Amino acid sequence: MPDLRDTQRPDPDQLLARVQQEESRARRGKLKIFFGASAGVGKTYAMLSAARQQQAQGVDVLIGVIETHGRRDTEAMAEGVERLPLREIAYRERNLSEFDLDGALARMPQLILMDELAHSNAPGSRHPKRWLDVDELLAAGIDVYTTVNVQHLETLNDVVSGITGIRVWETVPDKVFDAADEVVLVDLTPDELLQRLKDGKVYLPNQAERAVRNFFRKGNLIALRELALRRTADRVDDEMQQYRREKFVSSVWQTRDSLLACIGPGEGSEKLVRSTARIAARLEVPWHAVYVETTDLQRLPERNRHRILRNLKLAEDLGAQTATLSGNSAEELVVKYARDHNLAKIVVCRTGGNWRPWRRSFAERVGRIAGDLDIIEVASSEGDEERTRFERQTVSEKSTTPWTSYAMAAVACALAGLAGAVLFPIFDLANIVMLFLLAVVLVSVRYGRGPSVLASFLSVAIFDFFFVPPRISFAVTDVQYLMTFLVMLVVGLITGQLTAGYKYQANVATRREQRVRALYEMSRDLSAALMPEQIAEIGERFIVAEFGAKAAFLLADDNDHLQAPLPSLNGLPIVDREIAQWAFDHGEVAGQGTDTLAATPGFYLPLKAPMRLRGVLALELRSVDRLLIPEQRRLLDTFASLIAIALERVHYVEVARNSTVQMESERLRNSLLSAISHDLRTPMSVLVGLADSLLLTRPAPSGAQAEIAQSLKEEALRVSGQVNNLLDMARLQAGRVTLNRQWQPLDEVVVSALRIIERGIGRHPIQVALDADLPLLEIDFVLMERVFCNLLENAAKYTPAGTPICIGAELSERKVHVWVEDSGPGIPPGKEELIFRKFERGQAESSTCGVGLGLAICRAIIEAHGGEIHAHNRPQGGARFEFSLPRGNPPDFAAAELTDNAEGH
Amino acid sequence: MADNKPVIIVVEDEAHIRRFVRLALEDEQWQVFEADSVKRGLIEAGTRQPDLIVLDLGLPDGDGIDFIRDFRAWSEIPVIVLSARTAEADKVAALDAGADDYLMKPFGVAELLARVRAHLRRRARGSAGGASVYEFGKLRIDLGKRLIEKEGQPIHLTPIEFRLLAYLIANPDSVLTHRQLLKAVWGPSHVEDSHYVRVYMGFLRKKIEDDPTRPRHIFTESGVGYRFVSDSSAATA
Repeated sequence: MPDLRDTQRPDPDQLLARVQQEESRARRGKLKIFFGASAGVGKTYAMLSAARQQQAQGVDVLIGVIETHGRRDTEAMAEGVERLPLREIAYRERNLSEFDLDGALARMPQLILMDELAHSNAPGSRHPKRWLDVDELLAAGIDVYTTVNVQHLETLNDVVSGITGIRVWETVPDKVFDAADEVVLVDLTPDELLQRLKDGKVYLPNQAERAVRNFFRKGNLIALRELALRRTADRVDDEMQQYRREKFVSSVWQTRDSLLACIGPGEGSEKLVRSTARIAARLEVPWHAVYVETTDLQRLPERNRHRILRNLKLAEDLGAQTATLSGNSAEELVVKYARDHNLAKIVVCRTGGNWRPWRRSFAERVGRIAGDLDIIEVASSEGDEERTRFERQTVSEKSTTPWTSYAMAAVACALAGLAGAVLFPIFDLANIVMLFLLAVVLVSVRYGRGPSVLASFLSVAIFDFFFVPPRISFAVTDVQYLMTFLVMLVVGLITGQLTAGYKYQANVATRREQRVRALYEMSRDLSAALMPEQIAEIGERFIVAEFGAKAAFLLADDNDHLQAPLPSLNGLPIVDREIAQWAFDHGEVAGQGTDTLAATPGFYLPLKAPMRLRGVLALELRSVDRLLIPEQRRLLDTFASLIAIALERVHYVEVARNSTVQMESERLRNSLLSAISHDLRTPMSVLVGLADSLLLTRPAPSGAQAEIAQSLKEEALRVSGQVNNLLDMARLQAGRVTLNRQWQPLDEVVVSALRIIERGIGRHPIQVALDADLPLLEIDFVLMERVFCNLLENAAKYTPAGTPICIGAELSERKVHVWVEDSGPGIPPGKEELIFRKFERGQAESSTCGVGLGLAICRAIIEAHGGEIHAHNRPQGGARFEFSLPRGNPPDFAAAELTDNAEGH
Repeated sequence: MADNKPVIIVVEDEAHIRRFVRLALEDEQWQVFEADSVKRGLIEAGTRQPDLIVLDLGLPDGDGIDFIRDFRAWSEIPVIVLSARTAEADKVAALDAGADDYLMKPFGVAELLARVRAHLRRRARGSAGGASVYEFGKLRIDLGKRLIEKEGQPIHLTPIEFRLLAYLIANPDSVLTHRQLLKAVWGPSHVEDSHYVRVYMGFLRKKIEDDPTRPRHIFTESGVGYRFVSDSSAATA
């Protein structure tokens, strides 16, 4: 029974989603909401006492913002908890105190208290709403405690305003509430609350006190309390379900009957959106919201269009996937959309008081063509109908078709009449009618629906007046002609409607095709681009063409800093680098029409590529509304992601090219260096060998001869050492040194170095004092050995024979410090740094040989290992060369020991 | 070839080096044949029945490592490689391919002679059959009984340390790469964990050397591996 298994098996996508959710939650801070039915139930107090408990447990607690309203017990509770000073914002000659988000992020507490989540921030703040501040705090990994009243929840807002008669404008989206890690209900019975009110323990704003008093009626309080309790119960239920899903995955696998909300032009749509969001949340299903742009609706007044866009935005905020469909038949498009997206329930707004009784309501029409889909009707709020009607009146007044179109329609009919007059003697009346029909069709094609209606009526009138006997009169002698008029009118109207409809659809199709073509052309052009500048130019060209906006591209460098905008021919928009950086850092849009810094001119869109963000696209739009249309936003997003992908491709092409060049030059350098080293070393080897052979000749050379041969050999070896130094320096200087880093004990390097230069420093006693618990270090053995050799040689060279040299090492938290100390004359003062330069020596002229490369090599090697090297004089005399190396994460050799133990003893 | 003079082949393209190496070796009463390319070297090695080969890594007609691979297919005699100081990777490759020792250019004649002597001695001993009791300076090691004594005092070694020491003793005077040691002691699956060897060499040194900072038996070959020297006065110059 494979079917059964399939239904029982957890959907891997869902499991993955849950795992990802948990992961992102682990990084994010935790949000705890203290939830209450109304003001005065003691949320702030409860939050403070919970915070104090946390503080007592050693958590770093900070009060971000708290509103005690002068209540003494609450004030007392807040004492002893650190408060973040509020930020002063000058706004219209007033100073407003506002929460200091940057201050809080800089302070980085473990837990922050943010009273009144629904608060709207003063203009000029980074986010318009406090919950967005909280979101950023959570994203930064800070835990947040906050308070919310039930009437501030977005979806409950209108319910509460229906009960209390007071509408609150500060709301919190439900998704914030639902995503909270914990919700604590702070409950108080209405009687107790009223008692507290009487005692003056509840803060009431001075203005509109009566309205507020009205709010605190017992009936209201009971209803609010019920809402709060129910909402909390829903959440608890969700948690229970979540728990069950995790524990018994198979038992709660439901089919996803998602919802589709059909947004209309009326006022009721806002309620429709909120209701659908609530239902979707209750059913735990995703939902969509669509708006169908039909020919009729296209001619709506600006205000209605704005409202539609606002509702679409609201739906998006409430978690819906939104779309705008265009076509002639709203119901067909809606049904098709529902089927395409597997949506089983369609939510529509009930249109009360149908003024055209023969016309079916939208719900009925949908029901007729798709009987299998559930239709949920939502009541529109009272009073809407009046407004809609009022607006309908304004529709005709503000009709968009210009009067010239109507004039042209009249002219067309007049022309048809003239032509008819000319042809009247030759043709039948029936054929003259055709002329008028032609005129109507032409008008509808050219000028749309309104003029075509006018043309229909005018044609009938002209035909009747001028052609039907008796002529030059509207009177009709033959009743037959009434039939002609009727048919002519109907045919005219229908053709007009049809033609206008098809023309509109053709327009829509053309626009859509243009969009697709623009995308196609842009991606084709982008695929040919080789430089970021080219990409910016192509992107800009298309954005100017499609959106009529000025565009600027701010690309990120390797350290995630945005660079100055790339130059452009059309002039750059005004770009605020800080906002752009914010958008980049958060990977979210910012500026006009967004949640972040909406007041600034300009729109900032991060360019997301598969690997990382590539930069920010800054737009200066003439009108923000264009971006509110989901199609346009989506088009812009698609543009942005195409551009980002192109930028990434160019970036990687460059990386690949650079590495090829680098490999090539590395190879060249290496072969050059080894050629030189071979050519210099071979004669040296020969010299050393021959000098040695001289010593070994028989009969043995005399004392003087032997001495000469010996010094010959020593000098040759010394020159060879110098050559090594020069070659090493060349290698180290030439670019990145390829280190052969391996984990090794430092003492072995020291031992090996001591053995190599044993002869050179024979006259100096050497003390080795390495910490016993030094960890393994990830170092290049040969190069590190070189460092010790050079330091020891250096010490031996500049100090009198017989003075001790000390090698030591000790461990600090992140580094290992190693030093070589001598008891010589020390470094000439002021030269402590200079001696690490190439060809630099302590004493300018001295009998001591060497060209001064040793310490420069040491520095190059240590720095290649990510360490530092310095020299200074010891207080007790002598020089101390000290370097540090990073500890890293040494591997454990538990496996080696394991094998060892398994062998037994 | 008439008497028991050991035969040594010097494969080196630089005539001067060949010459002084030859002089030095002949001075020791060894018989020397020269070759200046991989091809000539292989021909000489195949016909002269050498006891030891001194090989330069950079040859005009090929890489010395190729020579070693070819040569190791049919012969076990010691190979001493001459190489430039900076080419650690080449040395390791040559040793892993089967070379026994290496000398860095420029090298002293005394050093070369010491190495050649040590390898000839090892070869002679090897043919006499492996002993199980060794004595080096203050150390006495009985591989059969797993006993290690230093100045008469028994030393406790863990099994890994013992295996490491036994492998070193079995290959005296030769340079053993980290890889070879790992493979022999820890097994083929650990050949990349070179820090095992380093850490255990440290342990071993502390146990058997008088002064671990100035070892007399276990020498580190920078960036290459280790060398176990039975008689340090003879091997290191």
